[in-house]
Amino acid sequence: MTAPTSAPQSPATTDTGPYLKVNDLRVQFPTEDGIVKAVDGVSFSVERGQTLGIVGESGSGKSVTSLTIMGLHNTKRARISGEILVGGRNVVGMSEEQTRRLRGRDMSMIFQDPLSALHPYFKVGAQIAEAYKVHHPNASKSECRRRAVDMLGRVGIPQPARRADQYPHEFSGGMRQRAMIAMALVNDPDLLIADEPTTALDVTVQAQILDLLEDLQREFNSAIIMITHDLGVVAQVADDVLVMYGGRAVEFGSVEQVMRRPQHPYTWGLLASVPSLHGDADADLVPIKGNPPSLINLPSGCAFHPRCRYAGRNGDRSFTEVPELHQVQERGHLVACHLSEADRQKFYAEDIAPSAGVAQ
Amino acid sequence: MVRFLTRRVLVGVVTLIAISIIVFGLFFAVPSSPAKVMCGKNCDAASIAQVETRLGLREPIVTQYTKFMKGIFVGRTYADGTAFERRCDAPCLGYSFRNDEAVTTILSRTVPVTISIVIGAAILWLLIGVSLGMVSALRRGTLFDKLAIGISLTGASMQVFFFGLILLFLLVYTTGLLPFPSYTPFTENPAKWAQGLILPWVTLGFLNSAIYARLSRAQMLETLSEDFVRTARAKGLPLRRVYTKHALRAAITPIVTIAGLDIGASLGGTFITETIFGLRGLGKETVEAVGFLNLPIVVATVLLAAVFIVVANLIVDVLYAVIDPRVRLS
Ligand SMILES: Nc1ncnc2c1ncn2[C@@H]1O[C@H](COP(=O)(O)OP(=O)(O)OP(=O)(O)O)[C@@H](O)[C@H]1O
Ligand SMILES: [Mg+2]
Repeated sequence: MTAPTSAPQSPATTDTGPYLKVNDLRVQFPTEDGIVKAVDGVSFSVERGQTLGIVGESGSGKSVTSLTIMGLHNTKRARISGEILVGGRNVVGMSEEQTRRLRGRDMSMIFQDPLSALHPYFKVGAQIAEAYKVHHPNASKSECRRRAVDMLGRVGIPQPARRADQYPHEFSGGMRQRAMIAMALVNDPDLLIADEPTTALDVTVQAQILDLLEDLQREFNSAIIMITHDLGVVAQVADDVLVMYGGRAVEFGSVEQVMRRPQHPYTWGLLASVPSLHGDADADLVPIKGNPPSLINLPSGCAFHPRCRYAGRNGDRSFTEVPELHQVQERGHLVACHLSEADRQKFYAEDIAPSAGVAQ
Repeated sequence: MVRFLTRRVLVGVVTLIAISIIVFGLFFAVPSSPAKVMCGKNCDAASIAQVETRLGLREPIVTQYTKFMKGIFVGRTYADGTAFERRCDAPCLGYSFRNDEAVTTILSRTVPVTISIVIGAAILWLLIGVSLGMVSALRRGTLFDKLAIGISLTGASMQVFFFGLILLFLLVYTTGLLPFPSYTPFTENPAKWAQGLILPWVTLGFLNSAIYARLSRAQMLETLSEDFVRTARAKGLPLRRVYTKHALRAAITPIVTIAGLDIGASLGGTFITETIFGLRGLGKETVEAVGFLNLPIVVATVLLAAVFIVVANLIVDVLYAVIDPRVRLS
C-alpha cells in the first residue's frame, strides 16, 4: 500500500499508481457566519482493490470530502482547491459536464440512507437501468433492463426479475442498500465511495452488506473508500485508515497500525468509545469529552487541544502551532501530534491500553 | 386500484349525504318564513298558509328531506290539496321562491359561466405560476428569481376586486382595448366566449399564479435538496434530466393536490370576480339567493359546490395514487 503524500506535492501520475490521489484538498463554504473550512489540507490515495476507511466524529468533513471527489458540490458556493486525481484526471476545476461523464462510470457512490437515496416514484430496476443507459447511450432498453436485473441478482437479491419491477418502499432496508450497491456498480466503476453505507441498517444486515462489498471488490477490483464512524466496520473491511478531525487528517496508517498501535490521542479516544468486540463487556466505554469543534473558528494550534488530556505536555506548541502529519518510526504510519513518539507510547501503554477494549 | 377507487367513491357519497342533511337542516330550520317573503306585503295568514303548504314547508323536516332527495333522483309532484298540482321531473331541485323558475334551469344557465371562468383561469395560473416557480427555484439567487419573487409577492398580496377594477379601468374604460366582459356560450361562438372572459381569466389567473409560483418554488427547492436528487446526479445524469425527470416529478405532486382542491372550490362560485365583471355565475346567484332567503337555490348551489369539492378530492386522490406508488397500498 502506498503511503499518502503528507506534503502538497503532486508527483506525475501514471497508470500504475493509485487510482485515486487526493493532494492537499481544501473545501470551504462561505456562509453568513463566516467561512466553514470543512476540509483543510487533506491528502491520501487509494489503489485499485484496496479499501481506505475514513473515520471521524460528526462534522469532521468526511462527507464533504467524498462529495468533492464526486464533483457534487456547487462550485459557485464551495471554494475547492488542491488536487483530486481520478485515474490521472484532475477533478478539481473540471466542468460539470466533464465530471458528469466520470460520475457513475469511473467513480460512484453509495449513501447512508437507501430509502431516501432511491427515488420513491420509480421502479428499482428502472432506476438501475437508467444509471446504465446514461453511460451506454447505444444500449437498447431491453439490454439496460437485462443488465439491471443481472446486477440485482449479483448483489444477492432473490428473484431479481420480479424485484426489478417493484418500488423502493416494497424493499426491506437491507434490500434497498443492495439495490443501491447494484446501481453504483452497474457500470463497473474503478472507485466506489461508500458514505456510512450501513449506519441505517441493523447489525446482522450490516455484516451482510459489508461482506457483499468485499466480495464485489474482489470481483471488480475497484478502489473503495469506506466512510464511517464505526471502528468495527473499519477493522472489518479497511486496508488503510484515515482519521479526520476538524477537517484535517490527524492519523493515517494501515488498519493494523491505526487500530493496534494508534498514535494520536484523538484516535485513542475513538477507540476507547467503541465497545470491544471480543473483550470485557463490563469495560467502561469512555466517550471523548467535549464536542467536535466549530469549523468556522477552529481552536488555535492543534484543533484537538481543548479535548486532549495531554495538551501542553510539550511546551505551548499545542496552543499555537498546527501539527503537521509526520511519519512515526513505523513506515507508512503518519500522525499529526506534538507529543514525542516516546511520550505517546508511554501514555498509551499506561493510560489507554489497559482500559481500552480495542476493536480488532 | 379498484378497491382503492370503490372505497374513495363510497366515502365521497357518504360525505355528500351528510352535507345534504346538514345544509337542508340548517336552511329549512331557519325561523323566518320564506312564504312571507314570497307573498309580499299585503298578505293574510290564509294565503301564507296556502303557500307554505304548496311548498311543503308545513310537513315535518324529515319528510321534507326525503321528498327533496326523492325529487333529485326520481322527480316529485307538488300539491296543496286543492286543484293545484305540479310535476317536477328528476333531477328536481324545486322552484325559485322569487320567480318560480325551476332551480335546474337556473343552474344550467349559471354553472357554465363559472366553469368557463375557472377553467380558463386555472390553465393560466397553472401554466404561468408553476413554470415561473420551478424556473426561479432552479435559478435561485439570480435576477430572474428575485424578479419572480417580487412579482409574486405583489400578486399574492393583492385582492381580486382591486386588481380586477384596475384592469377594467385600464383596458375597458380608458383605452377600450377590450369590451366589457360578458358571457357567450362556447358552443355558440368560441371567439366571443373567449373575448368576453379574458379579463376574469387574467385577474383570477394572475393572482393565483402568484400563489402557485411561490408554492412551486418552495416545493422545487425542497425537492432539490432531497437525497434522491443527489443520487440522480451521482449516477451521471445530465442536470437537465435530473431536474425534468427526477426533481419535477416529486415537486409537482403536492401542487397537483392543491390545484385540484382549489379548482374544485372555485367551481362552487367565484363571487367577487363574477360581481366585478357583471357575470351571472354560480357565486353571484348563490349570494343573491341568500339575500332573498331563496332557499331552493341556496340549498341547490351549496350542494353543488359540495359535489364539486368531493369530486375534486376524488380526482386528486386518484391522481395521487397514479403519481405516487406508495399511496396505492394504503
Ligand atoms: N454546503 C455546505 N455549506 C456550508 N457548510 C457545509 C456544507 N456542507 C457541509 N458543511 C459543513 O461542513 C462540515 C463537515 O460536514 P460533513 O458532512 O463532511 O461531516 P461528516 O464528517 O460527514 O459528518 P457526519 O458523520 O455527521 O456525516 C459540517 O460542519 C457541515 O456543517
Ligand atoms: Mg457525513
